[in-house]
Amino acid sequence: MSASPAIVTHSASAELRFRYATYLGDTSLILAQRLGEWVGHAPALEEDLALANIALDLLGQARYLLSYAGEIEGKGRSEDDLAFLRDPSDFSNLALVEQPNVDFGHTIVRQFLLDAWQLELFEKLQASSEPRFAELAAKALKETRYHYRFSAGWVVRLGDGTEESHNRVQAGLDALWRFTSEMFAPGAADEEAAAAGLGPDPASLRAAWLANVEQVLQTATLKRPADVPFRWFGKRHQHTDHLSHLLAEMQFMQRTYPGAQW
Amino acid sequence: MYTQGLDSLGADCLHQATDAVTLEQRFQSKVDADERIEPKDWMPDAYRQTLIRQISQHAHSEIVGMLPEGNWITRAPSLRRKAVLIAKVQDEGGHGMYLYSAAETLGISRDELIEQLLAGTAKYSSIFNYPTPTWADVGAIGWLVDGAAIMNQIPICRCSYGPYARAMVRICKEESFHQRQGFEIMMTLARGTAEQKRMAQDALNRWWWPSLMMFGPNDATSKHTAQSMRWKIKRFTNDELRQKFIDITVPQAEYLGLKVPDPDLRWDEQTQHYIHGPIDWKEFEDVLKGNGPCNRERLETRRRAHDEGRWVREAALAYAEKQRARDTQAA
Repeated sequence: MSASPAIVTHSASAELRFRYATYLGDTSLILAQRLGEWVGHAPALEEDLALANIALDLLGQARYLLSYAGEIEGKGRSEDDLAFLRDPSDFSNLALVEQPNVDFGHTIVRQFLLDAWQLELFEKLQASSEPRFAELAAKALKETRYHYRFSAGWVVRLGDGTEESHNRVQAGLDALWRFTSEMFAPGAADEEAAAAGLGPDPASLRAAWLANVEQVLQTATLKRPADVPFRWFGKRHQHTDHLSHLLAEMQFMQRTYPGAQW
Repeated sequence: MYTQGLDSLGADCLHQATDAVTLEQRFQSKVDADERIEPKDWMPDAYRQTLIRQISQHAHSEIVGMLPEGNWITRAPSLRRKAVLIAKVQDEGGHGMYLYSAAETLGISRDELIEQLLAGTAKYSSIFNYPTPTWADVGAIGWLVDGAAIMNQIPICRCSYGPYARAMVRICKEESFHQRQGFEIMMTLARGTAEQKRMAQDALNRWWWPSLMMFGPNDATSKHTAQSMRWKIKRFTNDELRQKFIDITVPQAEYLGLKVPDPDLRWDEQTQHYIHGPIDWKEFEDVLKGNGPCNRERLETRRRAHDEGRWVREAALAYAEKQRARDTQAA
């Protein structure tokens, strides 16, 4: 990529590593926040526990990545500074994960599409030239396999359950599919990260992801929606209206009582 | 099942199996000898019913108790606090599951018990009908409410009914962890800014009396105490446990630099106990009858989760049916 041979060996600047870490960390953080909304409200006690469990794993990933981002940035920002004191336009999470829970069907579809993507991502991220990313990927991959088993299992159960559950989960799929193109198109951080050997090329994740997703959808008797041409990407800081509401709620304590320790 | 049940009485009493008095005596001497009663053992119907009532109320309390704290998951002020809070609320759901399982060993299903909760015929702890307007409430609940719960629950680890006692051992371990976390939140607030300290004091003011009420009515007016103590479901009276809680908690409040909202509270040298002011039993009754600040919201939230989740549970059943049919066909 670079014209200068001197920087080819490790061209991942601190600035790029910061952006890549916040891209991955924000994606996990915002989805954890959405799942946290479910706790105490799920269709059965077992699902309350499972959703809380997944939220905790994702939050753990976010904390690791945002702490690392703060370190590499070198301005003394902590995981909390990055989570609670950035504005919506500074967040670079996938737009998919900021979408509202709506119902259990939408929530499961959102989880499934993301889990299937994280499976491919973390698998490849283990080979990152940055040991901290490789380490995170190895740990997160184990968690993601569990998440995927849960979400894919529910996609099948709902899709091949009753007529109502089939219709609801199909509606979730139809509503959320348009956000998946973002996972495989170049953003900014992920494309540059790939060039620098930090992470996988986003486009390289698509074939395996799609094969996986299509197979589960088929088992679930669900129909894969058509891809749409218009693109609006969270990772390019183009968020839907939902993110600012989510952040207003998530950040209010730190914004109201600046500088306090909790 | 039936023969096993009889076997467990011992062959010598088979011929008198219909003699209720003998069965009752054998049961009581087993309890007196601190032996555990197990699901297949004979037990008086009133013992069974008391345990179903108590264990299910306990389970319901865990489930409804997820709501006041769950209220702060999306707003927790740091990522560490958020993670700890999610883990805690998840533990509570797990406690509910242990307890429903323990209740099911007495011959009632979790579904029936949940129906009773949603219909408003089963009770849950009065404490969860209070709101959590500030972050400090999460700390106060951990410190005071879980503290009171532990005080109540540790003696139940030696309860005469085996499944309940064993559930309690596991639950108490996690509860004491929660209690320490709650105290740590209060400590952070009490040592923080003036605003944080005010928040902590305000939470103590609101949770102190409801926490004392968690131990139930005074011994003089408690309906179930005497029988429950004979059966060793209960080991201490309500007032004994309440006193123990106060004696332990007041010094903790002092350590935090917070003031217990009881002008009559004083240390008594003679008895070596704190003497406390009168509890507002009228408020306790009102909350138990459904007229506390959040009774309506708590039940509505549980009902909504149950109703809105029905299609999901139905889908899981329908899918399991289809799978069974497919397996049969394949075989």
